Amino acid sequence: MSKQFQFKLVLLGESAVGKSSLVLRFVKDQFDDYRESTIGAAFLTQTVQLEDGTTVKFEIWDTAGQERYKSLAPMYYRSAACAICVYDITQSASLEKAKSWIRELQRQADPSIVIALCGNKSDLAARRQVSQEEAQKFAEEEGLMWCETSAKTGEGVNEIFDRIAHKLPEVAPLQAQRGTAAAKPAGARSVDLNKGPAGPGTPESCNC
Amino acid sequence: MDEEYDAIVLGTGLTECILSGLLSVDGKKVLHMDRNDYYGGESASLNLTQLYRKFRPDATAPTDIGRDRDYALDQIPKFIFASGGMTDLLVHTDVTRYLEFKQISGSYVYRDGKVNKVPSTEMEALRSPLMGLFEKRRARNFFVYVQNWREDDPATHQGLDLKKVPMKDVYAKFGLEPGTQDFIGHAMALYLHDEYKEQPAKETVLRIVQYSQSMARYGKSPYIYPMYGLGELPQAFSRLSAVYGGTYMLDKHVDEVLTDPATGKFIGVRSGEETVKAKLVIGDPSYFGAGEMKEGQKVRVMEEGMVVRAICILKHPIPGTEDVDSLQIIIPQNQVNRQNDIYIALLSHHQGVCAQGVYVAIVSTVVETSVPEKELAPGLALLGPIFDKFVQVSPLYTPTTTGVEDQIFITRSYDATSHLETVVADVRDVWQRVTGEPLKLEKKVVEVQE
Ligand SMILES: Nc1nc2c(ncn2[C@@H]2O[C@H](COP(=O)(O)OP(=O)(O)OP(=O)(O)O)[C@@H](O)[C@H]2O)c(=O)[nH]1
Ligand SMILES: [Mg+2]
Repeated sequence: MSKQFQFKLVLLGESAVGKSSLVLRFVKDQFDDYRESTIGAAFLTQTVQLEDGTTVKFEIWDTAGQERYKSLAPMYYRSAACAICVYDITQSASLEKAKSWIRELQRQADPSIVIALCGNKSDLAARRQVSQEEAQKFAEEEGLMWCETSAKTGEGVNEIFDRIAHKLPEVAPLQAQRGTAAAKPAGARSVDLNKGPAGPGTPESCNC
Repeated sequence: MDEEYDAIVLGTGLTECILSGLLSVDGKKVLHMDRNDYYGGESASLNLTQLYRKFRPDATAPTDIGRDRDYALDQIPKFIFASGGMTDLLVHTDVTRYLEFKQISGSYVYRDGKVNKVPSTEMEALRSPLMGLFEKRRARNFFVYVQNWREDDPATHQGLDLKKVPMKDVYAKFGLEPGTQDFIGHAMALYLHDEYKEQPAKETVLRIVQYSQSMARYGKSPYIYPMYGLGELPQAFSRLSAVYGGTYMLDKHVDEVLTDPATGKFIGVRSGEETVKAKLVIGDPSYFGAGEMKEGQKVRVMEEGMVVRAICILKHPIPGTEDVDSLQIIIPQNQVNRQNDIYIALLSHHQGVCAQGVYVAIVSTVVETSVPEKELAPGLALLGPIFDKFVQVSPLYTPTTTGVEDQIFITRSYDATSHLETVVADVRDVWQRVTGEPLKLEKKVVEVQE
């Protein structure tokens, strides 16, 4: 039987860099020129199929606007298997913000978290403020994936999710070992509150 | 910050975050602020650095008991009933998707110097050393009565009107010994002291039913617990609120709660130079004078007792408990000549709250004397060698009025009970005061999909 994985993916980055737009392009292959800033974030899922039949399902979390006043709850990225830190290539300040999120993840998230640094709005290359060399160099030094995307044209969007999908099953055993919620080993002792009550003597999970 | 809101919520403790989430889902425009730069207030789970900052600001956190981020230490020890008001709220609002729960592995009760497992099945009960043979038969009759009891079916009442008859009379009818009464009242109905025996028996019977249902749900104990500590709960509900449009501002000092000089009604709050207006405010007692009253400030909260809690770092499981990774031990007051029970809650790295090989026990009780820490001695004695210990005495505050008149609604401090049902009761109470209607959890909330 082919393997199936499910991973929590979070998006981080300054307002208006295109986090929600990237998700919308990836999940629905749509783009909206007049998107409003996110309040009431969606919770979306999308599955990527690898060549060997493995399926990787992303549980995608958007920030719900909580980061706006520096108030993002650590719970948001705590059990994430992967994070995309987005900057806008036409705004050099947004790269600084992405870097500060990366530092936060390195401090607080699971050590085996897969982080991608993503320069969005590549269709606006004429107004570029962040050079490819600068961003790529930083990513290499920090051991991150790096890419440029355009949620508007779709360029690079599927590629980055694909690269993450390929990388995750490699690190999944590590995360499972640490008990990262995002990569639950089969038969973990977690309880599912949405399931009906088990009768006495039929515990839902066991200690063995 | 110039906009006007339906509600301002002060403090991101669990009670406030649940209310904020429910109000946002209900379509209200909510602004939620906290003076701290982290979520949770009193119900936050602390890493080692935060723990030291709070208890030993002059010392640096140790580096030999694992990494800082391995720790998520609760300040208020509480578990969640597997089948209760809190699980109803979690499922109804669908915040379960943000959280992962583990079962607590055991529930124990102290009796005659020893720690005994609270039987989780009838078979275990019959093997348990807690009761003699005849007493087991009597207890069985009592439990059959409780399980069959239906408020609206007099045939199940056996002539006892539980809405009137005190619990002590029910015990007497079934001929239960004091030790069994202790066990039922304290280890199952989870009363902290013995006053319940004088009260109508219905409440006790309902509590026993809730305990049994929770016990039956997953098997080993009546409790579940969120991975990475209780502090995840307020964060999850805050996300619910944000997803429904709630605005969050941490690290925001609240300098003044503004009221209309003529009517006394709430107007807004002031933070530095900024003022935000809203129809009403909800907040924890610390935002309304608890602990430090300013001159001329209106008295809005009062102290009703104190709780002493000791966070103990251990390097081993608790002796005599089959080395389980998590548990509760209840020391009924009668057993140690007290008026209030002592609780022990144990967690370990299986719940993501400390490093591997470390165990965290929180011992707590209601303060009865002027030397609170000493009152914990019977509990501390059960732990074996204690690697480190952090003791805190916390006053419990409660609002002086319902808040309906001035639209200032204040929540209660987290009490000494071992579970979150009193928090749910407070949420329901505040909701009723704010909206004038009881909280209904009929329709399940489903997060909007774009
Ligand atoms: N030209 C261009 N515009 C883009 C691109 N991606 C997003 N945008 C636009 O940038 C604006 C912000 O995009 P969002 O996706 O809302 O940004 P966000 O990061 O989710 O912002 P917040 O929700 O406020 O944190 C919108 O007007 C988008 O249409 C892109 O690749 N190219
Ligand atoms: Mg967005």
